[in-house]
Amino acid sequence: MGGNPPDTWQTHHGAEVQTQYIGPGFTESLHDLYVEEGWYELFTPELLQTVSHDGVPHMVLINLHRSNILWYNKPLLIEHAVRVGETLSYDELFEIADHLQNSGVAALCMGDAGIWANGIMFENTLVGVMGPERYLGLWEGTTAFTDADIRQAITTYSRLLDYLNADHAALSWDQAVDKLLDGGCAFYSMGDWAYGELTQAGMIDHEDFGWVPHPGTENTNILVTDGFTLAKGAPNPEAARNMLRVMGQRAVQQEFNLLKGSICARSDCDRSAFSPYLQWAMDSYNTTVSIPTVVHGSAAPADFRQALNDALTDFVVRRDEEAFAATLAREAKASGFGQ
Amino acid sequence: MPTAAVRLWASRHKALIILVPSLLLTAIFVYGFIGTSFFFSLTNWRTLAVDLSLRDPIWQTYADMMAMPRFQADLRNTVVFTVLFIALAIALGLFLAILLDRQFKGRSFFRSAFLFPYALSFIVTGVVWRWIFNPETGINLFFDMLGINRGLEALGMDPLSPGWTTDPEVILSINQALAALWPGGASFQIEWGIPVALIPVAIAATWQLSGFVMAMYLGGLASIEASVRDAARIDGAGEWRTYRSVIIPMLTPITISTAIILLHVSLKIFDLVFAMSGVGPGFATDVPAIFVFEMMFTAARYNLGTAASIVMLAASCLVIVPYLIHTFKSRE
Amino acid sequence: MKGTHRILLWGVLGIALIFYALPVYVMVINGLKDATSVSLATMWTLPGKLSSGGFAEAWAMLSPNMRNSLVMVIPAALLSSLVGALNGYVFSKWRFRGSEVLFALLLFGFFIPYQAILLPLVRFLQWINLYGTIPGLVLTHVVYGISVTTLIFRNFYINVPNSIVEAATVDGAGVMQTFRKVMLPLSLPAFAVTLIFQFTNIWNDFLFGITVVPNPQSQPITIALNNLSGSFSVDWNVVMAGAVVAALPTALIYLGLGRLFVRGLVSGAVKA
Repeated sequence: MGGNPPDTWQTHHGAEVQTQYIGPGFTESLHDLYVEEGWYELFTPELLQTVSHDGVPHMVLINLHRSNILWYNKPLLIEHAVRVGETLSYDELFEIADHLQNSGVAALCMGDAGIWANGIMFENTLVGVMGPERYLGLWEGTTAFTDADIRQAITTYSRLLDYLNADHAALSWDQAVDKLLDGGCAFYSMGDWAYGELTQAGMIDHEDFGWVPHPGTENTNILVTDGFTLAKGAPNPEAARNMLRVMGQRAVQQEFNLLKGSICARSDCDRSAFSPYLQWAMDSYNTTVSIPTVVHGSAAPADFRQALNDALTDFVVRRDEEAFAATLAREAKASGFGQ
Repeated sequence: MPTAAVRLWASRHKALIILVPSLLLTAIFVYGFIGTSFFFSLTNWRTLAVDLSLRDPIWQTYADMMAMPRFQADLRNTVVFTVLFIALAIALGLFLAILLDRQFKGRSFFRSAFLFPYALSFIVTGVVWRWIFNPETGINLFFDMLGINRGLEALGMDPLSPGWTTDPEVILSINQALAALWPGGASFQIEWGIPVALIPVAIAATWQLSGFVMAMYLGGLASIEASVRDAARIDGAGEWRTYRSVIIPMLTPITISTAIILLHVSLKIFDLVFAMSGVGPGFATDVPAIFVFEMMFTAARYNLGTAASIVMLAASCLVIVPYLIHTFKSRE
Repeated sequence: MKGTHRILLWGVLGIALIFYALPVYVMVINGLKDATSVSLATMWTLPGKLSSGGFAEAWAMLSPNMRNSLVMVIPAALLSSLVGALNGYVFSKWRFRGSEVLFALLLFGFFIPYQAILLPLVRFLQWINLYGTIPGLVLTHVVYGISVTTLIFRNFYINVPNSIVEAATVDGAGVMQTFRKVMLPLSLPAFAVTLIFQFTNIWNDFLFGITVVPNPQSQPITIALNNLSGSFSVDWNVVMAGAVVAALPTALIYLGLGRLFVRGLVSGAVKA
C-alpha cells in the first residue's frame, strides 16, 4: 500500500512481486544492472521469468528454498525400528505413522499457530497427488479447480492431519522443529528454512535428522525465494543499486546461504562449500521441475493466498472435505483462475 | 460605537468560526471517510490495482461475506465475547467497588492496584497473557502445583489441562435448536455456541477493564448520601440487603453507561486478540476487527475489508446512536 | 469495623490482588532473566541470579521507537487538548441554534470503530504525502481525539458560571480575548485531565500505528513491541523486558497522577 516505499525491499518471486509490486508500477527495471553484472547468464531462464515483467527483470534473487521436504528425527525412528530410504510413498508413510501412533508417538509434527505451516503440508500434498504439470495447470488455466485430483489431495491431506502432535495449534512453525528434534514427533513436512533451525541447534545431517522429498514430489522443487527490488522514485537510487549489486555477488550469496541454510540463486556457487543437505538440495534443484508456491505468494496473488489460509483454518478443525473443495473452487474463480 | 447586541451578534459569529476547522475535519475524516469506505465496499476493488467499478449485483460483497464461515464465526465470537466480557467485568468491578466502599487501612492501595491495568496497552498485556494461557507451561502448572490434578487422578478422572486459546471446541452449541426453529438454521457452516478459546481472552479483557468499572462504581457510590444508607439500616436491612435492594438499583445509570462503554470496547476489540491469540484454531478467537485488518492489509481485498468494517460500524451505531439521542434529549 | 470482618476483607482483596498482579509479575521476572534461562517452562520461577536481563537489549531495540512515540504523543495530546478547549468553550458558552446537534455530530467520531475509516484515511494520507510519517500519525490522533477532548472541556466549562463570560463581554472583550483572559486561567484541571487521557490513549494505540506507518524505523513503540514477539527465534526475556519498557510512561503517569487519571477516564465516559 506504500505511497512512500523504501528504496528497496525484500519480497518473493512470482505472483507476489509481479502482481503486488511490478504490475502496479512500484518498481524500476533492473535491465542495465543485469547487463553490467552479467546476471542474464548467471540466473536460469526459468528463474528470470519469475522476476520479470514483459521480459524485463525487476528483482535480484539472493537465495532459493525448497518447500517440499519431509524432515524426520533419525534416532527416534531407529528406536522404533523404522527405516526410511531415499523416498517415501504415501502408503509407506501411513504405515509408519500407524506404527508410531500405536507406540504413542505423534507421527507428524506441526506448529500451525500461524496457519501457513499447515498450508505448506497441504500444498506439498496437493503437488504430490496431482503432479507438477497438473498443479501448474491450475494457475495457467488448463486444470480446473473442480478437478478430481484436488478432492483426492484433500482426502490424503485430511488423513495426514490425524497424526499431528496434539499441541500443534499452540506452537509456531519453529517450535514444532524443536519438538521434532526433542523427539516429541517424528516427521515434519516443511520447507528447508527448517534446516537453518536444525543446524543452529547443533543437529548433524544424516545423524540426528534425515529428509526425503514430501511423498509424491520426488521430481518437483516447490520453490520459495528471497530477493530485492528497486523502488520507483527511490530517494537514493544509487545507494539502492549498489546494495542490489552486492546482493547479487557470488561471494555474498555463498556466505549468506551458508548461514541461512538455503542455496544460491546464482548458478555458479561452489558446491563443495556446502553441507550434505545443501549439496543434495543443489543437485535436486538442477534435476527437478521448479514450481511456484501459493503459501509464499509466488503462484497466486494475495487475495487467493488469504482465501486458502482461511479455508485451511476452517478445515483443520471442521474437516469438511466438500466445503473445503467448494471454497477453493469458488475463491480461485473469484481470483481469476481456472477459467 | 456598536451596541452591545450587535457586538454579541458579531461575537457569536466569531465563536462559530472557532468551530469551523474541527467541524470540517470531522466532516472529512469521520463522515467523508465512512461514506468512502461504504462506497469501496460496493466496488470490484479486490487487488492492489484500484478498481472502483460497482459490483453487479451491488450487494454481492456483503452476500459473499455473510456466507463465509470465517465471518460467521466472527459474528458469533463478537456476541459471545461481548456477553462474557461485560458480565465478568461488571460483576468483578461492582464486587470490588462494594468491598472498597468503606474506610479501612490499605483502601487506596487496593484501589490503585486494581485500576492499574487500565493504564497499560492491550499489546503489552496481550503478550503476557499469551504466556499465562500457554497450555503446557502457563497457568495449567498451578493445577499440578496446587494438587488439583493429583486429586482428580486419584478420583479416576483426567487431569485438568485446558487448551485455553488453542482449544478449537465450541460448547453449548445451539445449531440444532436453530435448525428446528427455522429451516435456514441448518445451513450454518459454523457451530453457534461458546468457543472455549474465547474464555481466556474475555478473562484478559476483564483483567484490563474491571478496574475501570470499579472506578465508575466508586464514583457512583460516593455520590449516594449517607442518609440513604442510614434509612435502610434503621429499617433493619443488613449490609448485603442494603446493597441489593437499595444501593445497586440506585447505581443503574452508572451500570448503563459502563455497559455501553464496555460494549464499545468489545465491538471493536483488536489489539488484545491480535497479540494474544490471533485468529485462533478454526477462527475460535477471530473477531471482525482482525478480519478487516487481514482483508485490507494482507489480502488486499479492499471491498471485503471495508464491507466488514461497515458491518462493525452498523453494530456500534445500533448501540451508540440511541444512547446519544437519549443523552441529548434528556438534557434539553 | 470488627477484626474478623477486616481480616476477611483483606483476604478477599488479597486474592483479587494476586489476579491483578499476575501478568505484571510474569512480565518483570522474565524480563530480568538472561536469554539462556528464560523459557516457557520456567516462566513462574524467579531469576536465578541478579542481572539486568533483557532490559539492556530491549532498551537498545526499543528506544528509537520510544522516541517516535514521544515525538508523536506530545504534540498530538497538546494540540487535541487545545482544540478541545476552544470547542468546549464555544459549545458551552456560545450556544446557538443547532449547536447541540453539531456537538452530537462531533461526538459521534469518538464512538466509531476506526476500521470504518481506515482505508480512506490511508489513501488520504498518501495523497497529502503524510503516509508513513509521524506527522501523519499526529494529524490522525488529533483529528480523532477532538471529539473526546471537546466533550471533557464542554462538561468542565458548563460548570463555570455564565456571568463571568457575560461580564467580560460587556467589558468589551471579544470571543478569543474572553477565552484567553477568563477561561484559560481556570482550565488547568481540565487540561491536566485531557492531556493524561490523550497521552494514555495515543501511547497505547496500535491500530493507527500499524496501518499508517509501515516502516519499522518510524513506528511507535507498541508496534515495535509486537514485532519483537512476532519475529522468528524470539528472545523472550527481551520481549518481556520490552513490555515493561513500553508500559513505563503510562504506568508512571498513572502512579504519579492517579487522581487526575481517574477523573480523565471517567470523563471519557459520556455522562448524561
